[in-house]
Amino acid sequence: MSAAWASVIAVGAGTAALKAVGPVAVGGRRLPPRLLELLSMLAPALLAALVIDEGFASGRSLVLDARVAGLAAGGVAVALRAPIWAVVVAGAAATALVRLVT
Amino acid sequence: MGRGVRVAAPLMPAALALGASFGVLARTAHVGAVAAVVMSATTFAGSAQVAAVSVLGAGGGVAAAVAAALLLNARYAPIGISIGESFRGRFLRRLTEAQLVVDESWALAGGGTPAFDRGVFLGAGAALWVAWTGGTAIGALLGGVIGNPSSLGLDGAFAALFLALVGSQLRSRRALAAAAGGALIAVALTPVTPPGVPILAATAAAVAGWRRV
Repeated sequence: MSAAWASVIAVGAGTAALKAVGPVAVGGRRLPPRLLELLSMLAPALLAALVIDEGFASGRSLVLDARVAGLAAGGVAVALRAPIWAVVVAGAAATALVRLVT
Repeated sequence: MGRGVRVAAPLMPAALALGASFGVLARTAHVGAVAAVVMSATTFAGSAQVAAVSVLGAGGGVAAAVAAALLLNARYAPIGISIGESFRGRFLRRLTEAQLVVDESWALAGGGTPAFDRGVFLGAGAALWVAWTGGTAIGALLGGVIGNPSSLGLDGAFAALFLALVGSQLRSRRALAAAAGGALIAVALTPVTPPGVPILAATAAAVAGWRRV
């Protein structure tokens, strides 16, 4: 088997298992309220980390590049209570524009 | 489910284009078109796939490629647990629906909150899956015909999306503490750990919001 196919199969199986842990093990059962409370804090923690990762990370370094303009434009759109699609379009347009002129 | 498709619709062009860029990357890394499309259809996790194929392209070997990808996807275990309650039915059905878990489908459906909407999750997940897998096929088959996706600002689009989603979460001081903690952990760990670890470690910041009442 080629290295490519071996990787496709191993990554696919591993990812499927990681994604399924919760839905298969918990599936339908009620979790203790204390645990649910903890899990409800997962979204802000994880999403904030994803903003850092998508907005500033480049491999192992933190950089300021055109994506900052996308984040700023997205932030303005959020502040103006724009719908999600407008935030996404603003982020892409500002990032692309800065890349175009720099 | 229809609502989920509508919610995810603005992300579909971005997912399609990112899928295409993954397909192009797979080509240059000598991962065949069929293998690339199968990977998108079964793994369905952008950053992990890009990492695995990049390692292979750099001659890094199967073990390194798989380790990098699974490290990036480790966050899907806690994410899945946070919505596990909403999955019903037989083992196989739960296993299949779980594969639609990606950051975007989880967050758009209100993942981790009592308002989590399973229909929105399934619709958004399916829509993004179609765009991602279809985009991969286009990129892997047409290759160089497509321009450089970074000139379209798609990475900035996803950063803005996550910003909007985190903004919608900040309804309490506890959530604010968790978000600040998650961001700080990501900033602190990005320079010193392999990609994937900072995001996974940021889940620990949930405790910051949990303890503070």
